Amino acid sequence: MTSALTARGLTKRYGRRTALDDCTLDIPTGRVVALVGPNGAGKSTLLGLAAGLLRPTSGEIEVLGDAPGAGPDQLARVGFVAQDAPTYANLTVADHLELGRRLNPRWDAKAAERRIADLGLDTGQKAGRLSGGQRAQLALTLALAKRPELLLLDEPAASLDPLARHEFLQGLMAHVVDHEASVVLSSHLVSDLERVCDHLVVLTGSRVQVATDIDEATGTHYRLTGDARDLDDLPPGAELVHATDNGRHRTVVVRSALPVVADRVQVEQLGLEDLVLTYMARAATPALRTVASPEATR
Amino acid sequence: MIQFHLDSASGVAPYLQIVQQVRHALRLGLLREGDQLPTVREVVSTVTINPNTVHKAYRELEYAGLVTPRPGLGTFVTGSLTGDVPAASYVRLRADLVRWIEDAQRAGLDDESVEALVHGTLREHLRVEP
Repeated sequence: MTSALTARGLTKRYGRRTALDDCTLDIPTGRVVALVGPNGAGKSTLLGLAAGLLRPTSGEIEVLGDAPGAGPDQLARVGFVAQDAPTYANLTVADHLELGRRLNPRWDAKAAERRIADLGLDTGQKAGRLSGGQRAQLALTLALAKRPELLLLDEPAASLDPLARHEFLQGLMAHVVDHEASVVLSSHLVSDLERVCDHLVVLTGSRVQVATDIDEATGTHYRLTGDARDLDDLPPGAELVHATDNGRHRTVVVRSALPVVADRVQVEQLGLEDLVLTYMARAATPALRTVASPEATR
Repeated sequence: MIQFHLDSASGVAPYLQIVQQVRHALRLGLLREGDQLPTVREVVSTVTINPNTVHKAYRELEYAGLVTPRPGLGTFVTGSLTGDVPAASYVRLRADLVRWIEDAQRAGLDDESVEALVHGTLREHLRVEP
């Protein structure tokens, strides 16, 4: 089975600034991927490389088994909506649909028109006069109507109000079922994506911190809290992800395939949001990580 | 047809919430053999969750012998959790329970105390079953 996206040693530099550093990933098809990280972590760079709009400085990337932007066939299989949902300010909504129809071999005109009608957009309106949320919806409509096998969406929900975000995610999930599509959604918030995504990639400081199925991740991460002396030794089979000390009190996050049992220590399974925050915190304190566990990252 | 509701604050995994809601409906007789569960597409476009979550829940119900997928048609209830207990017994027991709750409220118990009493008593008297 081909992967939706594979990267090996993928690196992108802008002058002396490294936007993406030695990124290695293998995302299976059929997943809805949450690409999560703080602003400036390299999310947009990774999506730009996957869309074929950027070329890597070094390393390799493949999308649906082929080089990004390799030719018309490849372009038709991948849909991309950039962060600011770019549209043509002087073209009307109807013009955008016509452009989509002429430029895309698999264009679904009916679905596009239905979606625009459901959104209540005036087809005669120029895109430049739409609100930010409406413009985002127009861009998403175009991306869905080209019937891509892989959708790359950079912060798609950022400019949508909560109801519109909800409706957009519903439509996206229906699209995934109908077309067995894969999706990569970037966000700096994980709460939006918790229910709709089944695969997680955490990117901080230009590096991949963790890439895994979400069920697997939330089923294997535990938070242990207690007296520092009781946490000097980790439970058997558990590997340290991150530790924070507050006086005698210690909080440790471990990854363990087996259920964790420990004396005099409170053990909780980590939810997705806490898990992402832990990996972000760990990346922000590299000294502790190298001392504590050089093997913690897969 | 059964409609699922997901509570994101509950801490219970979404797939497990679906499993529990189906089991619950089967117990109360709200779902019976032959009834159809909503299609995966219907579920994802009403409660906004990942399709694989729904697949996982339906697969678990299938392993438990409660539902069977029929390719091209959908997923149907083929098992039961009420056993041979007639529906009338459920109606009678529920009415008894309502009387008990009203009694507890008259005695001055607030909602939290009622719940605590019910859960505590259940734990003592029932063999644990999820």
